Amino acid sequence: MAENLLDDCVMTTRLDAVLNWGRRNSLWPLPFGTACCAIEFMSMMASRYDFSRFGAEALRFSPRQSDLLLVLGTVTHKQAPVLRQIYAQMAEPKWVISVGACASSGGIYRTYATLQGIDRVIPVDVYVPGCPPRPETIILGAMKLQEKITKESFRDRKEHLEAFYRSWDEQQARQAQGRTEFQAVRDMVVEAGETGQQRIW
Amino acid sequence: MASTTHSFERLDDHRMVVNLGPSHPATHGTLRIILELEGEYVLRATPEIGYLHRGVEKLGENLSYAQFVPLTDRLNYCSSLMNNVGYAQAVEKLLDLRIPPRAELIRVLVSELARIGDHIICIGANAVDLGAYSAFLYLFKERETLYDLFDLAAGQRMHTSFTRIGGLFRDLPEPFMPLLRQFQESMPRAIDEMERLLTRNPIWVDRTKGVGGISAEQAISWGYTGPCLRAAGVPQDLRKAQPYLGYDSYDFDIPVGTTGDVYDRYVVRTEERRQGLRIVDQCARRLEEVGGPVLVEDYKVALPPKDKVYTRMESLIHHFKLVMHGIEMPVGEVYSATEAANGELGFYLVSDGAKSPYRIHVRPPCFPIFSSFSRLVEGRLVADVISVLGSLNIIAGELDR
Amino acid sequence: MIIGRIEEAKPGLVLDHHAFRGDSTAVALPERLLELAAFLFEEGFQQLLDVTAVDWYERDPRFDVVYHFLNLTTQDRLRVKIRLREGQAAPSLTGRFHSADWSEREVFDLFGIPFTGHPNLERLLMWRDFPGHPLRKDFPLDGGDAFCTGDTGTSYAGRPCSMEL
Repeated sequence: MAENLLDDCVMTTRLDAVLNWGRRNSLWPLPFGTACCAIEFMSMMASRYDFSRFGAEALRFSPRQSDLLLVLGTVTHKQAPVLRQIYAQMAEPKWVISVGACASSGGIYRTYATLQGIDRVIPVDVYVPGCPPRPETIILGAMKLQEKITKESFRDRKEHLEAFYRSWDEQQARQAQGRTEFQAVRDMVVEAGETGQQRIW
Repeated sequence: MASTTHSFERLDDHRMVVNLGPSHPATHGTLRIILELEGEYVLRATPEIGYLHRGVEKLGENLSYAQFVPLTDRLNYCSSLMNNVGYAQAVEKLLDLRIPPRAELIRVLVSELARIGDHIICIGANAVDLGAYSAFLYLFKERETLYDLFDLAAGQRMHTSFTRIGGLFRDLPEPFMPLLRQFQESMPRAIDEMERLLTRNPIWVDRTKGVGGISAEQAISWGYTGPCLRAAGVPQDLRKAQPYLGYDSYDFDIPVGTTGDVYDRYVVRTEERRQGLRIVDQCARRLEEVGGPVLVEDYKVALPPKDKVYTRMESLIHHFKLVMHGIEMPVGEVYSATEAANGELGFYLVSDGAKSPYRIHVRPPCFPIFSSFSRLVEGRLVADVISVLGSLNIIAGELDR
Repeated sequence: MIIGRIEEAKPGLVLDHHAFRGDSTAVALPERLLELAAFLFEEGFQQLLDVTAVDWYERDPRFDVVYHFLNLTTQDRLRVKIRLREGQAAPSLTGRFHSADWSEREVFDLFGIPFTGHPNLERLLMWRDFPGHPLRKDFPLDGGDAFCTGDTGTSYAGRPCSMEL
């Protein structure tokens, strides 16, 4: 067979396997740090826990240059449209890890001002619980995401993204009626809550 | 962003509006600054806050006094213990309660450790913004040791919730003191290393000297407290001026700057860490002599120990009442302030005798400091905006609550 | 003490005063607040640390606006309160104390108390078209978000959200 003649310099594989291998081992995080979890993230990037072992050393604060959105800390209703805009600006493939109890579910703040979980406004891949989670826990979350990416196929994410962009259009329509982006997103979130739906996308 | 709370008139050709948005590497915490620039020079810088307003004060009106302690952790999340201590002091002032001497000692010890930790983050983050990544890594190694110490004392690295009304959660465990001694040896070396990297570094000096200065009268008028006020030349430190927790019995100095610029704030914070280590040393020595309980033995205020709860009727009833109802508070209001890492952290408590405070207000030290931000950067370059922002140590958790 | 000096120099300026746990509080008329602030400034109380408010919704006048002053020389503190009805405005102290700027904006945002003479009285923590003033006692903790209260019938995790202890 031809492969026997080619020796060890050529490897055969499937396209999605090699692409997933490349994607999971070179995640470029965008640390969307809002509160205390960002400090644990800083510890994770420092020498003791060292996130760069997982290929994720290149922090890019621009959504155009990153593929992993790490939401670190409480997201309030005022911050929600900012989060949606950053998510919308990222190019596919993109993943979201919601780090901490506040980002995952609102945490200890069940109040008028706090968004009860970022999955109400954007699609999330991995939730990391803790308040704040230890750096090892955040790394475990990243590892779980790497496992998830290994098993992904190109078609998986289409529905979520389409739903998100539909909700983005709805948000723009409400803003065209004169509301600020903060009130537009909050109205959508509260209306979804009243109909029993957890999310607006 | 499509809309803002500001509307700009049509600007002429020379001016540009740049948004230092809520998601930015140099904004520590979420805050937004709208810069009006002419070339590289800042004409006006308008801060916009509230991106981390979580409704803590309103939530406090629905929680009992003991349940509010974890919320205080998350105010200034870089030095959580100081917020715990500040809140506990306020409630104890309202109750007119004296805590045991060993509890006071340990509160001072962990407060000073938290202060050192906060200054590590402030200077580390300020250095990273200006490109000095190594200083950040060396300092964070010491911060990891601090986390290990807090982990031993309170069970959690960052959000310790260590204080209780009437004292502390528990006494320091066995491995704490050896690790503390190790920290006391390694920290001064780390501060020296950091000083070798920064203090006389021409790039650091160029980026920070003469930048973002403020005069003493202006600083007082703007409500500054803490290292930013001391850097401006006013020797105000609540630990010396209005001592609490026995701070008047410790031997330490207060560093005071002259011009209030970024470099002075850096020097003041570095020196405060050294003075903090002096206090830690004195605390560690006294802890060997002072024993006793760390929680007041008034069971109307603090939970009785479990063995009493299981064997005595009165203790069981006290436990039940404290957990189900909370502490019986007198009617009245107090304002209690402590010297947190950023300045005067005040708690204003209004009680109407119910189980939750009627009103609880936190006076964050960085709130008035950030309100003066435009004054500090007007006429300066965009790059100076980053230096100044890092030096003020704006923690959004306490700014917005 | 400072209250004694105020009563001596400007009688009638302080309506009521009391001390509790070492804190001195003086209650003044809103119309004469600027006069009192000027006097305190001359007497050395040059730092206005904080402006906040309390909503006594069963009482008329409804609001207490509370000011905390500090004298850096003598290290004395003073709390000054003024009582306002619903809709009544307070005079702004921004002319003399720059620290009042954001503190008064925050009180306006969270309580709806206007301040006359403030250079930029806009919301600070909430956004421009947020409906209501959150820290008033008649504003619900969850801000009307049914997902939070669990009134949807299919509440999250099957349990109603409640802050009742």
